[in-house]
Amino acid sequence: MIPLSDSAADAVTTAFANIPVLLEQTPALIARGRFLDCECLLGPAGHPFHAAIRAGRIVELAPAPVLMRSWRFSYRAQPAAWAEYWRTPPRPGWHDLLALTKRGEAALEGDLHPFMANLQYFKDVLALPRNHFVIAPS
Amino acid sequence: MSGHVEPIIGRYVHVDIGGEAHRIYFEENGAGIPLVCLHTAGSDGRQWRHLLTDAEFAENFRIIAFDMPWHGKSNPPAGWSGEEYRLTTARYTETVRAFCKALTLDRPVVMGCSIGGRIVLNLAIDHAAEFRALIGLEAADFQTPWYDTTWLNRPDVHGGEVCAALVSGLIAPQSPQAARTETLWAYKQGGPGVFKGDLYFYRVDGDLRGRVETIDTKVCPLFLLTGEYDFSCTPEDTARTAAAIGGVSVTIMKELGHFPMSENPGQFRRYISPVLGEIIKQSLQTKQGVKV
Repeated sequence: MIPLSDSAADAVTTAFANIPVLLEQTPALIARGRFLDCECLLGPAGHPFHAAIRAGRIVELAPAPVLMRSWRFSYRAQPAAWAEYWRTPPRPGWHDLLALTKRGEAALEGDLHPFMANLQYFKDVLALPRNHFVIAPS
Repeated sequence: MSGHVEPIIGRYVHVDIGGEAHRIYFEENGAGIPLVCLHTAGSDGRQWRHLLTDAEFAENFRIIAFDMPWHGKSNPPAGWSGEEYRLTTARYTETVRAFCKALTLDRPVVMGCSIGGRIVLNLAIDHAAEFRALIGLEAADFQTPWYDTTWLNRPDVHGGEVCAALVSGLIAPQSPQAARTETLWAYKQGGPGVFKGDLYFYRVDGDLRGRVETIDTKVCPLFLLTGEYDFSCTPEDTARTAAAIGGVSVTIMKELGHFPMSENPGQFRRYISPVLGEIIKQSLQTKQGVKV
């Protein structure tokens, strides 16, 4: 797919950084993840974030790299793939985290247990920008 | 009775499969051409409830949906002692044929979705003359796997939650929330290892590449319909399969995913209605099972 412009890629990174705020506005989703404590690496390939999740809340989202910070799993997608995932509605084949991995636009790595045991939680958390994300015309 | 009672009738039929008695639950409504509906892997016949209650279709079709053994209200056979459930091409084919025989259906139409769509292709390959028409929803001779099925049945991951979460992405974003929730509910209710066992057929045993070329649609018409949002059995998978079969009808359904009949029944109706109409027309020409 065609890569995003630098400004559009920056918009994706900014939107990703706002996910903890959106999650705090979605108590049902926090409740879904209430048994989840996890360190993971999420976001745009090249500019991912270290996420610290406690009882379903993202208590820290720090831009990588963070010196010697560990993570259990990572889900990283091309910035253009996040922009597609956040379309309303998303286009066929760009509408699910595992659709993106199947088409090679995202990579899922590490110890997948926390991701798979909380799969709907991660799908929904990472879709939170869907109704908020816009790329300003360049 | 003051409540709304749906016209669906549910009963059990005892069917011999593999030399063993199975108590199969099925629901039906309507009269006319027998139309047997096959559910997706890891779910059950409830997926067809909207088709079953469609008054217009029920005018010309005896619509029947059964739960495969291990699914819904069809228990595992009495002799099962807990060994791993694995659906095979041979067992699935035998199950569908045995069910149709047990109900003495006269050249039924079979419509299957996902694994049901795959087995429809196998019926077209090996048993076409037994059927009036075959309809494969989300059907292809093979699909590229997109997850490891061992996640579906292990003690440290909730089976119902992970099965539903995996397939949730196969539902089109335009599908109504209530229908989406209901579609996923069946996955949350499935028995441990059943979805995984169904996928043994889908992923391992039921690869039909190199065999679909033998399908003769002059013996039995074949219709393939796939939702544009199905990234498991993609429209490209269906198109590739159809390209090897002469005379097959292919439709790509807009704003639908892997579960058209349950995730958005109204949208699905727009696509399946012309197919059923065509089958009625063909049956009228042979005056089989249609009110004239």
